[in-house]
Amino acid sequence: MTATSDRDPQPWQDQLFDALKGAGIRQVGYVPDAGHSRLIARCKADPDIRDVVLTTEEEGIAMAAGAWLGGQRSALLMQSSGVGNCVNMLSLIRACRFPMLMLVTMRGEWEEFNPWQEPMGSIVDPVLKLCDTHVAKVETPDAVVPAVQNALQLAFGDDRAAAVLLSQKLIGRKVWVK
Amino acid sequence: MATEPLAPVRLNRAILTKRLVAKLDREAVVAGIGNTNWDLFGAGHRPENFYMLGSMGLACPIALGVALAQPERGVIALEGDGSILMSLGCLATIGKIAPRNLTIIVWDNGLYQITGKQPTATAGSTDIVAVAKAAGIPNAQWVRTEAHFDQLLSRRFADDGPLFLAAKIDDKPGPVQTPRDPALIRNRFMKGLGVGNAGALD
Repeated sequence: MTATSDRDPQPWQDQLFDALKGAGIRQVGYVPDAGHSRLIARCKADPDIRDVVLTTEEEGIAMAAGAWLGGQRSALLMQSSGVGNCVNMLSLIRACRFPMLMLVTMRGEWEEFNPWQEPMGSIVDPVLKLCDTHVAKVETPDAVVPAVQNALQLAFGDDRAAAVLLSQKLIGRKVWVK
Repeated sequence: MATEPLAPVRLNRAILTKRLVAKLDREAVVAGIGNTNWDLFGAGHRPENFYMLGSMGLACPIALGVALAQPERGVIALEGDGSILMSLGCLATIGKIAPRNLTIIVWDNGLYQITGKQPTATAGSTDIVAVAKAAGIPNAQWVRTEAHFDQLLSRRFADDGPLFLAAKIDDKPGPVQTPRDPALIRNRFMKGLGVGNAGALD
């Protein structure tokens, strides 16, 4: 069963947090998206995880590299529009062979109402693949944890970039907070 | 309009970098692209140096990640004016997090030096120290002289931060260049910090 709104808490969101926590993620950088709000709140409430709100997703690529250089695992949370901001900076990940775990909430697809989201949303998958990033797209709640576990293994086992795209169908209809 | 110059003396990056390195013990240094990291390499390689060959503007957020991962170690980010102008947002991020073990040093020659000395915004209109203060790093100041630089660095790098320093420098290029092997640079730095398995096959 999928969410009816991106504001409704869903069990997979806590399962996703548990997967990150279980894998020893210690730093979480994010440019907020409503689809990540539960995960961000769980990270903020955890004394062993340092949450860092970023001004742009590029910073998150750098912070992940720095975390690894300092001996910690990290994750970067963003909306699909942020993927475009990261393209050049993913050179850092590929050139130095850094682990890089990205969790991307999608826009520009299921029940999207804003045409300005469509151009970037429609090319997230090929753009990330061109940047040598493993991409898994998740559309059902039961597929979230396996996809994240696989991405964790690819990133931190193989020293590479791996992204999990959380589809708009999974997250639910965009509702603006008033 | 400013009636006084931002800083009275044009200093030299290679000289200041050597003076910085002379003060260091186990501190980690993340040096931005071009002359910034060439002069760090030229000051004598240390295992705790990370040299950037690309990703202009990311030295500060990389250093932030290191500083959060290693809270007991002083971490220093070196950037040029062109690089920091590309990612001013990171100063707000760092101002908000306020890592006490992070020092940022900006070498400000007011030029995109290696691309043909085109002037940057700091050559006239932008005061990068004022930007850092306004972004939330109150301990931000201009380096006035070499002796002033030494004085500003006579501190525990692992505490009392974040500290932001900027020096108006001349346009002399770095005399040497860093070896271009990114994975080697990463591995040696991690070995220098004693993390990961970078030294396992020595």
